[in-house]
Amino acid sequence: MTALTQAAPTQAKQRAQRRHMSDGALVRLFIFPTLIILILWNVFPLFYSLYLSFTRYSVIANRAPEWIGFSNYTAILSRPTFWQSFATTGVYALLSVGLQTVLGFSLAMLLRQKFKGSGFITTLTLIPMMLSPVVVGMFWKLIYNPSYGIFNFLLNPTNPRLATDMLANPVSAMLAVVIVDVWMWTPFVMLLCLSGLNAIPDYLYEAAAIDRASAWFQFRRITLPQVAPLLLIAVLFRTIEAIKAFDLMMGLTGGGPGKSTETVSIALYRLAFSGQFNTGQASALAYIVLIIIICISNVYIRYLNKLRGE
Amino acid sequence: MTATTPRPTFEQSGPRLPVVESIRVDRVHPRARIAGSVRATLAIILSLISLIPVFWIVLTAFKTPTDVTAIPPKLIFEPSLTGFVSLLSDMRLLSQAEQEERSQQPDLSWVDQIALQIGRAINGPSQYARQLGNSVIIAGTSTLLSVVLGLLSAYAFSRFNIPAKGDLLFFILSTRMLPPVVVTIPIFLMYRSIGLHDTHFGLIMLYTVFNLSFSVWLLKGFIDEIPREYEEAALVDGYTRLQTFFRIVIPQARTGIAATTVFCLIFAWNEYAFALMLTTQNARTAPPSIPSILGSGGIEWNTIAAGALLFLIPVVIVTFALRQHLLRGVTFGAVRK
Repeated sequence: MTALTQAAPTQAKQRAQRRHMSDGALVRLFIFPTLIILILWNVFPLFYSLYLSFTRYSVIANRAPEWIGFSNYTAILSRPTFWQSFATTGVYALLSVGLQTVLGFSLAMLLRQKFKGSGFITTLTLIPMMLSPVVVGMFWKLIYNPSYGIFNFLLNPTNPRLATDMLANPVSAMLAVVIVDVWMWTPFVMLLCLSGLNAIPDYLYEAAAIDRASAWFQFRRITLPQVAPLLLIAVLFRTIEAIKAFDLMMGLTGGGPGKSTETVSIALYRLAFSGQFNTGQASALAYIVLIIIICISNVYIRYLNKLRGE
Repeated sequence: MTATTPRPTFEQSGPRLPVVESIRVDRVHPRARIAGSVRATLAIILSLISLIPVFWIVLTAFKTPTDVTAIPPKLIFEPSLTGFVSLLSDMRLLSQAEQEERSQQPDLSWVDQIALQIGRAINGPSQYARQLGNSVIIAGTSTLLSVVLGLLSAYAFSRFNIPAKGDLLFFILSTRMLPPVVVTIPIFLMYRSIGLHDTHFGLIMLYTVFNLSFSVWLLKGFIDEIPREYEEAALVDGYTRLQTFFRIVIPQARTGIAATTVFCLIFAWNEYAFALMLTTQNARTAPPSIPSILGSGGIEWNTIAAGALLFLIPVVIVTFALRQHLLRGVTFGAVRK
């Protein structure tokens, strides 16, 4: 009897151990392919380009990379055109993310209460963000066309040519890009706000109504704080994307007129893949962009954690 | 005695202080109802305005070049397929005499007739047809790969204790935050030295890597929601881990897999920067080639619109099929409804 009761646990333990072992093998089998290709295609290139950023090198020159220390970084940081492209990216990010936040949140407030067909309407508004930015940019060129585009026609139906040619001067070209980006991505902010709004428990509003709180007070003290974390996630995602912005400008303006819509990504592309093919400097610029994105994400994530902690 | 006493009515047992006003939550005030319908109308109008560009792409795709550049813009016109035909075929201009001769031929196919309307003859399929084919191959294969690999890793991350799990997951996520342009330079050099530049395989692997981070995160969220008890019960019944994975987890994660597949497909389908910088001819996909569709006489907008429309239709269908999962997909699985 005692032998039996002792045998059973050891057997079970053994079996468990055997299963545990095979679990370990299974985990390795399941995870390693992913990790290996991520390392090959992401980690290796990152280190490689870090190395290149300290060298003088061009992909078209038949010469080995030559170590020059921080020269690439100082060269970039001392060149006004790069500061200009950073400024352009900043203005673009600020304008488009700002507008998207305000519009997206307002739209979410409109669509908050379900009505007949509201689900269908919500889905329809989501179509723009699933489209390819470069194709969208290309097509908006036709919409902005000063003589036969519908944008100017809708602005001034009697004589569309009197309205400004959106893509011809620096300020309006930036505005044109921002409009397209806002058109594409406001639905994204709206979607997140909507899910935040739907998650607010009704009893908060009921309690506020019983306390006879004003609508404004309810909005300030219930709606806004409850939606804030999700709104912040939306803003974080959009800011990162805006800093990465490339496709849309390439389709719509190609960075022009002049350099007025040349974001960092486009400057980087030009530096790396046209003219001099200055691979070393382009790598340095790429690293600067990378560090900026990491810093911004960290600030947001800190703030988000603080919001959630409260 | 107590049994016969009538229950106290609300008036008798109510609050000590007199209620001056009451707030009814079960009936909607007429003002609120009007506000609701105003909101609904406003929402419908705004979303219709936001659809004008999409609507305009559809209209332009069916116009002839002359209708596209008409002033004022035409809303009503005779639909034509010239845009699609010139998009998908390589054409040459016909002289006046050739045109007349061709129009006499009785056995012209409908495609040839459309080409003839704009004074051209068809030589064969165009580059775009090929590029669209490349898009299908590359997006399809990379999606399959990233979903399969993602599913395996997501399951392992969801169910087992893995050392430094949080760090690994964050590492996987961070690979997606890099701007494509940053990654392209070293990838370009790497591909050039090992002969993967402008190959289908090179682009497929790159898209797979970019989508993997996404598919791991999204699928992990879906698998986390499947109760572990199912698998435990199966394990007790003598299934092996691998069997539970195939017979329990995969069927339970079906919707998650479907949603992930489609989001990966959309990314790979729409991707532009990598394709622009890492392909030239052989493996070029549709997005970098749509802006370079140029007709003989300047930009043929109807052709571009046709290209865009052909390219957008799958995405629009998918948007509707996916509306339940959109939120999760676009936020990397971070937010669920």
